Amino acid sequence: MSYWFGNDNRLPQQRLAIVSYVIVGMVGVLLIGFWKLQVIDSDKFLQWAERNRVRSIPVIAPRGRMLDRDGRVLVDNYPSFSVLLLRDDPAQVEKNLPAISEGLGISLQDLKEQLQNSRNLKNFQPIVIKPEASKADVAFIESHRSDIPLLEMLMVHRRRYLPGGFMSHASGYVGEVSEQQIEASNGRFRPGDFVGKSGIERQYNDLLQGTDGMRRVVVNSVGKEVDHLPTQEAIPGKQIQLTIDYDLQQVAEQALSTREGAVVALDPRSGEILAMVSHPAPDPNDFAIRVSNEEWKQLNDDPATPLLNRAIQAQLAPGSVFKIIMATAMLEDKVPPLSFTAYCPAYAVFYGRQFKCHVFGKTSGHGVVDLHKAIIESCDVFFYNVGQRLGIDRISYYASHMGLGRRTGIDLPSEETGLVPSEEWVQRVFHRRWYPGETISVAIGQGAVTATPLQLAYAIGGVAMGGVYKQPHLLKDAPNVREERFSISESTVEKVTDAMYGVVNEAHGTGGALKLTGVDFSGKSGTAQIINYDLRSRLGKNKQFKDNSWFVGYAPRRTPEIVVSVLVQAGGHGSEAAGPVVRDVVKAYYDKKMKKTDGTVTAENKETKPRDLSSAAPAAAIQPPLNTRGAAVALREPQSEDPR
Amino acid sequence: MKEAPGTRDYDWWLLAILATICALGVIEIYSATHGSSLAGMHMKQIRWLAIGFIAMFALSRLDYHLILDQAPILYLVGVTALVAVLLVGRTRFGAKRWIPVLGEFLQVSELVKLIIIIVLARFFAEVRSDELSLRDLIKAGLLVGLPLALILKQPDLGTALVLVPLLVVGAYLAGLQWQHTAIFSLAGILLIGSVFYPPVSRHILKPYQRERITSFLHPEDDAKGSGYQLLQSEIAVGSGGFWGKGFGKGSQNQLGYIPVRYSDFIMSAWAEEQGFKGVLLALGLYMALLLRLVQNAQRAKDRAGMFLVMGVAAALGFHVLVNVAMVIGYMPVTGIPLPLMSYGGSATLFVFLAIGLVMNVRIRRFVN
Repeated sequence: MSYWFGNDNRLPQQRLAIVSYVIVGMVGVLLIGFWKLQVIDSDKFLQWAERNRVRSIPVIAPRGRMLDRDGRVLVDNYPSFSVLLLRDDPAQVEKNLPAISEGLGISLQDLKEQLQNSRNLKNFQPIVIKPEASKADVAFIESHRSDIPLLEMLMVHRRRYLPGGFMSHASGYVGEVSEQQIEASNGRFRPGDFVGKSGIERQYNDLLQGTDGMRRVVVNSVGKEVDHLPTQEAIPGKQIQLTIDYDLQQVAEQALSTREGAVVALDPRSGEILAMVSHPAPDPNDFAIRVSNEEWKQLNDDPATPLLNRAIQAQLAPGSVFKIIMATAMLEDKVPPLSFTAYCPAYAVFYGRQFKCHVFGKTSGHGVVDLHKAIIESCDVFFYNVGQRLGIDRISYYASHMGLGRRTGIDLPSEETGLVPSEEWVQRVFHRRWYPGETISVAIGQGAVTATPLQLAYAIGGVAMGGVYKQPHLLKDAPNVREERFSISESTVEKVTDAMYGVVNEAHGTGGALKLTGVDFSGKSGTAQIINYDLRSRLGKNKQFKDNSWFVGYAPRRTPEIVVSVLVQAGGHGSEAAGPVVRDVVKAYYDKKMKKTDGTVTAENKETKPRDLSSAAPAAAIQPPLNTRGAAVALREPQSEDPR
Repeated sequence: MKEAPGTRDYDWWLLAILATICALGVIEIYSATHGSSLAGMHMKQIRWLAIGFIAMFALSRLDYHLILDQAPILYLVGVTALVAVLLVGRTRFGAKRWIPVLGEFLQVSELVKLIIIIVLARFFAEVRSDELSLRDLIKAGLLVGLPLALILKQPDLGTALVLVPLLVVGAYLAGLQWQHTAIFSLAGILLIGSVFYPPVSRHILKPYQRERITSFLHPEDDAKGSGYQLLQSEIAVGSGGFWGKGFGKGSQNQLGYIPVRYSDFIMSAWAEEQGFKGVLLALGLYMALLLRLVQNAQRAKDRAGMFLVMGVAAALGFHVLVNVAMVIGYMPVTGIPLPLMSYGGSATLFVFLAIGLVMNVRIRRFVN
């Protein structure tokens, strides 16, 4: 044994004992640590572990499709991908933002703004940061799953509208839900959700919009999906059938062509809208994804107001179309009596002012005019006199009971009321008395009186129906269609409808060029000044100040099946610009009706049953309308074919 | 002098505790890796354990006095090996720690730990007074300081740190005076303080080491780095609850959220799947192991044996403390494995050799 090794067995027993206590104490401290984590805070960590492991990805419910009255698809969906940002871990989001910005080509500023906008949402709700993912985006996300485990692809359904803005004002469009809508929705909407912003999309959003589901997957630490948990299925939105007739709509779109204006065709017996056109029309496909603020501003500031649905929002002087209301009022009130005649030297003087009478196709006046002649030749002087005798309040009474000056109640958002002036109205709005001279202008549909194309179709259709006014609507199975009755005597209805028949079918009628063989086509033209003659002559004959052209036509002459109201802004004379559009639509209506009763159209009908469309191939189903539409698009907007 | 001691003199209780801990380790390594590309790792661990058992018995046969006799040479070999590693060692995972031996890579620093235990045992056994003089303390400090500096150079902060408790416990048992204790503590506090104080730590720590310190102090700033590791470990432990999620059912473990779940963070995986009750079992076993070591030290025949056993106890205790405290977020990530449970060849071998030294002392406690 070595020299240094003595029998030194003095062991520091006390210090060894202390070491034992230290060991026990150390294990005790560690156990306290485990107790805190595993017993006291266990629930919190269990939740965190679950959040680690489970990734919830929304399953977007497809919106319901829109079909026309024959079951043809007007609006449907196509699948697309959005990029989701998972925000469970704000610190990590912050850290990866520059890489995400670069990889997806979104500016850092934009990303930060989007995050800021969703700050009120719970962290586990992912947000859409790029609505339309390109192939490169998908590749970027897939290849960075482990180092940027914050991005996820989301299958979405994009709205597909018929191209070229076809029917776009009626259908409306969808867009990202606004902050106000989110706040008002009670948690139903999340940022990035698409909701109806206008038209039917907005009106029937609750029907069309389904309920999103949730897909829950188990992911490992590098973000790879390893398992699936029970999925909460999405409930698709309901498909809705509209009263729109695709064929008539197409004829109307083509007939109005590139001119600014509107067409409304409706069946006054039921209130069903058969066609609704407003031009210019934006193509909602262009902003079905996401519109930049700039593009949006441009659309809003466009002097041609493409976002305005002229059919229900253009409040313009109805011009001579208003004479039908005047005639009804005169006949009902017998002021002046039916025997009343006026002499028209192409002008008249009231209250010291000269009022002109625009004589269509003549240089001199209308001569001696009775009610019938005054309507078919549209003599202003006759109605100046009628107006003067009736007074503004009687005119107002009849106009408002026949549907003007208030909403028709069509199932579209933002319908305008138009205006029927009265003594009470000037008192309320301008705090002044009504000048009798103003009545003279109102009598021929000028001055303060305004109406929308829909209101005129509603009013004229109601007269021809003998005083029955059906609430206009676009939803085929609309519940509780309101019916208003305004009692107009049979003789009045007969005289007024006779005159409107004369407008088209008698020798001197202003709509004489619009005759349709075999159809009892009737109507009334209107040519409304947008500024008065004096101002116009001072500014010169600029196109800007061309008259608005109106025509409201219907067929047959009593209890019509179809009423068409057309406005062509700055179109000039009513029967020249607007009249042919009405005629084309009415003709198309009867052509189709003939074909149907002949039985030649049955095969086509079978082909376009909604059930067949929904089950098989939606892309193929939408094809026929698209193809037939192609020509019309090219005609109207040749530049739209340029690849952008 | 009696003949070599028989088998009944071995500490069978100690071996039983040891074997149970190893079994827990193998079970958890299997659970953590069976579904992944690392499947089969538990078999490798069993192989290491078998080698360890043999090495342990082999070492216990060789009288520890003979080993202590060779302490200076061993020290020289150890230091040379550390220098050699720095010159020719293999770089794996960003540090030069490995030299190839028999087709496996051995961590030289594990061997050095063992050598330092032996060297310190001899050094302190030679101190004849009941009080440790400052001179001797400084000498001991220098003895430890040289290999410590070399290991830090690799860099391997974890293993280097293990040398410190060897010195502390040895000095304490050798009769450390309270004045020196104060100086010791002050130096320790200063060192720890400087590590956590950026202007100073910038000069003495590697960037990744400073990062670990920072992420320990502010785990939320470093969601994917070592702060993330600590957080994921805490989530695993906490979500295990009292009863645990069950064998092979820990999502943090199975889905790979726990970093190196089969090695440094095996306690985290164990705690998730077996819950607090499992932790109680594991820590209870470790406590029993350590107390058993202290008991063996108390019954040692001489100071040299006592110092050997307590050196081993200090090393194992420190490993357990630092590793488990890291798993529950009480300490920064240091890369110190959990003895006997963590997967690893060199570390396992070290523990068994160390226990071999203990057995060595144990079976000779009645020998004269």
